[in-house]
Amino acid sequence: MKASVIVFPGSNCDRDVAVSLEAAMGKKPAMVWHGDADVPQSDLIVLPGGFSYGDYLRSGAMAAHSPIMRDVVAKAKKGTPVLGICNGFHLLTETGLLPGVLMRNASLKFICKDVLLKVERVDTDFTRGYSEGQVITIPVAHHDGNYFTDDDTLNRLEGENRIAFRYCDKAGATGGDANPNGSQRNIAGLYNETGTVLGLMPHPERLADPALGGTDGMPMFASLVEALH
Amino acid sequence: MSAQAAPMTPELVAEHGLSAEEYQQVLTILGREPSITELGVFSVMWSEHCSYKSSKVWLKTLPTEGPQVICGPGENAGIVDIGDGQCAIFKMESHNHPSFIEPYQGAATGVGGIMRDVFTMGARPVANLNALRFGSPDHRKTRHLVSGVVAGIGGYGNCIGVPTVGGEVNFDPGYNGNILVNAMCVGLADTDKVFYSAAKGVGLPVVYVGSKTGRDGIHGATMASAEFDDDSDEKRPTVQVGDPFTEKLLVEACLELMAGDSIIAIQDMGAAGLTSSSVEMADKGDVGFDLDLDQVPCRETGMTAYEMMLSESQERMLIVLKPGAEDAARKIFEKWELDFAVVGITTDTGRLVVTHNGQIEADMPVKQLADSAPEYTRPWTPTKPPAVIAPQDVDAPNSITETLETLMGSPHLCSRRWVWEQYDHMVMGDTVRRPGGDAAVVRVHGTTKGLAATCDVTPRYCTADPVEGGKQAVAEAWRNLIASGANPLAITDCMNFGNPERPEIMGQFVGCIEGMREAVLALDFPVVSGNVSLYNETNGAAIPPTPAIGGVGLIPDITHMADIALKATGETLLLLGEERGHLGQSLYMDVILDKREGAPPPVDLSAERKTGDLVRELIRDGSVSAVHDISDGGLLIAVAEMALAGGIGAALNDYDGPLPLQGVAFGEDQGRYIVAAQNSDAILARAEEAGIPVRVIGETGGDAITVPGEQPVPLQRLRDLHEDWLPHYMSSQ
Repeated sequence: MKASVIVFPGSNCDRDVAVSLEAAMGKKPAMVWHGDADVPQSDLIVLPGGFSYGDYLRSGAMAAHSPIMRDVVAKAKKGTPVLGICNGFHLLTETGLLPGVLMRNASLKFICKDVLLKVERVDTDFTRGYSEGQVITIPVAHHDGNYFTDDDTLNRLEGENRIAFRYCDKAGATGGDANPNGSQRNIAGLYNETGTVLGLMPHPERLADPALGGTDGMPMFASLVEALH
Repeated sequence: MSAQAAPMTPELVAEHGLSAEEYQQVLTILGREPSITELGVFSVMWSEHCSYKSSKVWLKTLPTEGPQVICGPGENAGIVDIGDGQCAIFKMESHNHPSFIEPYQGAATGVGGIMRDVFTMGARPVANLNALRFGSPDHRKTRHLVSGVVAGIGGYGNCIGVPTVGGEVNFDPGYNGNILVNAMCVGLADTDKVFYSAAKGVGLPVVYVGSKTGRDGIHGATMASAEFDDDSDEKRPTVQVGDPFTEKLLVEACLELMAGDSIIAIQDMGAAGLTSSSVEMADKGDVGFDLDLDQVPCRETGMTAYEMMLSESQERMLIVLKPGAEDAARKIFEKWELDFAVVGITTDTGRLVVTHNGQIEADMPVKQLADSAPEYTRPWTPTKPPAVIAPQDVDAPNSITETLETLMGSPHLCSRRWVWEQYDHMVMGDTVRRPGGDAAVVRVHGTTKGLAATCDVTPRYCTADPVEGGKQAVAEAWRNLIASGANPLAITDCMNFGNPERPEIMGQFVGCIEGMREAVLALDFPVVSGNVSLYNETNGAAIPPTPAIGGVGLIPDITHMADIALKATGETLLLLGEERGHLGQSLYMDVILDKREGAPPPVDLSAERKTGDLVRELIRDGSVSAVHDISDGGLLIAVAEMALAGGIGAALNDYDGPLPLQGVAFGEDQGRYIVAAQNSDAILARAEEAGIPVRVIGETGGDAITVPGEQPVPLQRLRDLHEDWLPHYMSSQ
């Protein structure tokens, strides 16, 4: 499998996700500069977390206009799998590859902690390594993770089975304090229509190494390698 | 000299913080009246903040050497060897004055500044810590300051992508008028790729990179060298504004340039900006600098030489390159969309010559500017330590467990989760011990080694007895590193005090230094970097003496380290170290009895070392499953923290010794640890053999803390009390 990680000015989880990809793939992904026109031929494109352009405008708004994004969008539309984590999820909504927006957290504060996620689908290239309805622990670290879109879109997303992950409690339920940021319907991650583009706020690369206290992120990278090798 | 030179008046000189004697020295050095730009340069270079004129004579007494030390104080940060051709580069620095005036930007730029000190030496920053001290929770400004400072630290560190992994937060009325924001950064470098600030060589290009220069922060160093009064808000314009995005680009660009071979010297523009960076680089390299200010990238038009030389705009660096390296270097900075300008050249004149609009605005001898800064041995009176209070003479509580609940839910001991969840403490993927324990640990990327780091000081102790307090601060940092399984390597110190012109304040400073010196020597724990912040006073009221100690240690193998969380039921809890039931200056007296009396607990440094060495051995050979040092609040608090961290309760045995129970439960005797182990006999034997007092205090298990003769305290109740105070306080009006 060949993977490319796009590096924007202000990306800061590019190395972290490259480490997880390398652990799963057995080789390093390509690190692709935002100013380049083309992504090299890849089985997977990753938009990493961080603060592209400092998030001084809307998160991801500036980076969405980087030269490289034209090619990322084109390749995504032709079916190349794209994984957008945190700031990468912002980019996917800014470029219209995924619907909705990510607003400031309901608490108005940056939140960095482990959260529980319910895996809503296990039939995509990203999640075959999980089991149906599995509750996993993955950290979040964001200021703008409060997913919002109109009710019609939400109903459509649910109808099309496009919710990837929801914030939940230990039992997989979505009530109470399970939602860390105010996201509508506890949405933590979303797919596009074809299930080939995934955007999520939590960072699977942060718990994909036993030394870091957990490995629930590892099956995502393993699933991708399994599907795209 | 500039035609429109302002006439020098005593008022103008005084406004620049120079005394009449200091101004006389300026006249002698120059042989004439200074220009306004020159006056400004002398003013900042000779400010307390830049020159350490009141503290230098005492700082020199601190031990700074050891086989592990690669570079001690005097550079941007200290460097210690961590083996395998790698080194840790670290420093702690204060940003107190600006943070009180403008908490968000003050704290944010404090974080930015300390990171620049570290990456300017060639290190990638890998961990940030901070020691924060606020006024009483009842004070009208406290909530606003906590909120702003925490948001500012997070706002900067999170954006850069360096994890904020540890630190401490205190509340004390002594900080009502002057909060303390001490930021520490630890970086990692290859030992053969370390960069220094000495601009050796003549005819070399002097390059400015990073952000543009604006009018912000002018006189910041001078402000930080004076007391506050009721009009301190008017000083807001002297606070700089942080731009973490630019700093992130600057880190990456500098590290990319450093991977090559084109840098002679590099220095960040911190306090006193272009002035101090150019003077320090020229001084250390024994050269002169010709600076052409017309080349300096400016954010606004019409800036004068005075403003450009004194601006403290953030995210800027000065680099002396090898000749001919300019173009390759420029490409790197342009790739990262940063300004790059050749602003000068090194000369053999030994003078700093500043030209602007074709006029020479300053022409001053570098050596005198840097080295003739006044140095004062200010008069000092030692603090008379209060008498020791015997534990029997301290009132007993009605209930041990109710006291435990009160303490665990007090502002002093409650959970700091509300704070550290606003900091990205996991980015970079190497945080192997998250905040909330004794020391944070980050893995050395790509290896199985770990760097442990901690920040410690107990200002209550330092106020009562600066010598014991100084000793205790160093010992506690050492102990926290030991408790994580590390070899303590070295410390950085951040010395926060009041007005040194008052003999009693100077006496606190001298006392703390003396105590620190004793501990540093006994524990082989040298000082490799640091910072002094004086004049932390408002309307004549000084802060408690606060020598914050940042300690760094090496864990050779992160599969052999420890944390505070209880892991299993049915394990034995043991106490290592001598019990004396010392309650003087304890939190028990402060919070429960509302008294701050007596001498602070003494530190027996040889026992400290002996006990610590055994605890580390026990961790390394896997004899213990959890370790916690005993500090604020005493033994029962430490047990409760271990239980909460692991979600496993503990039952304490009956105590049949000679001490009163309040002393056993809440005494703050130093040099002690609690360990949890399956096989207690072996530990008892090893401790006895080493001559270390040891006692089985209880057993792990259940879902409560149980003390004989009292109702068990359910962990859930304790957790609620412990977790709720800070969020509740911050969300109330």
